Amino acid sequence: MFQPSHFAALSLFALFASTVFGITMRETPKRMFRYGAYCFVLFLGSAVALSWVMYLIAP
Amino acid sequence: MAIAPNNSAVSKPATGKQAQQGLVYLPLIAGWLVPGAGHFLLGKWVRGALLAVSIICMFALGIAMQGKLYSSAQDILDMLGMAGDLGNGLLFLICRLLGLGANQVQIVTQDYGTKFIVVAGLLNVIAAVDAHNLRTGRKS
Repeated sequence: MFQPSHFAALSLFALFASTVFGITMRETPKRMFRYGAYCFVLFLGSAVALSWVMYLIAP
Repeated sequence: MAIAPNNSAVSKPATGKQAQQGLVYLPLIAGWLVPGAGHFLLGKWVRGALLAVSIICMFALGIAMQGKLYSSAQDILDMLGMAGDLGNGLLFLICRLLGLGANQVQIVTQDYGTKFIVVAGLLNVIAAVDAHNLRTGRKS
């Protein structure tokens, strides 16, 4: 059974979802790549930011 | 002074009768059944390959993590999960027939896997609709 860490699972999820978003939401290859990279960074960045928020508000 | 629009840089979508000829819904249905197949039918080989690899890998990782494949819809959450799973088309049916996936989620990795499978189905629906938009000329 494949048991990735939470961050590894998140990274894989972000990679695949960003690829599909980039291809389907934009029309030219250059814009697809840029939008996919933007989504990937947002996925990871928002997860890291929320992780810190939860860490700081934890009792 | 009015400036005439420069249409040369914009590829024209197929309109009217040209877009309605043949089986308009074939890329949509093919893309739903097999990830990327809708784009392959339209000759978009690279896009189709990237979509197929992304969606199939996501689904396979979900199965490898022993994610749950929804088999019944008892409550609203199960219905939503089932709808997401059905988006995977033949992948879902084949794995159900082979008895892959788990019936119950017991550890956190299985929960990740369940989400991977559901989201792979939803992404496949997006990809199939994209193929339909390419076919009808709504997207170039």
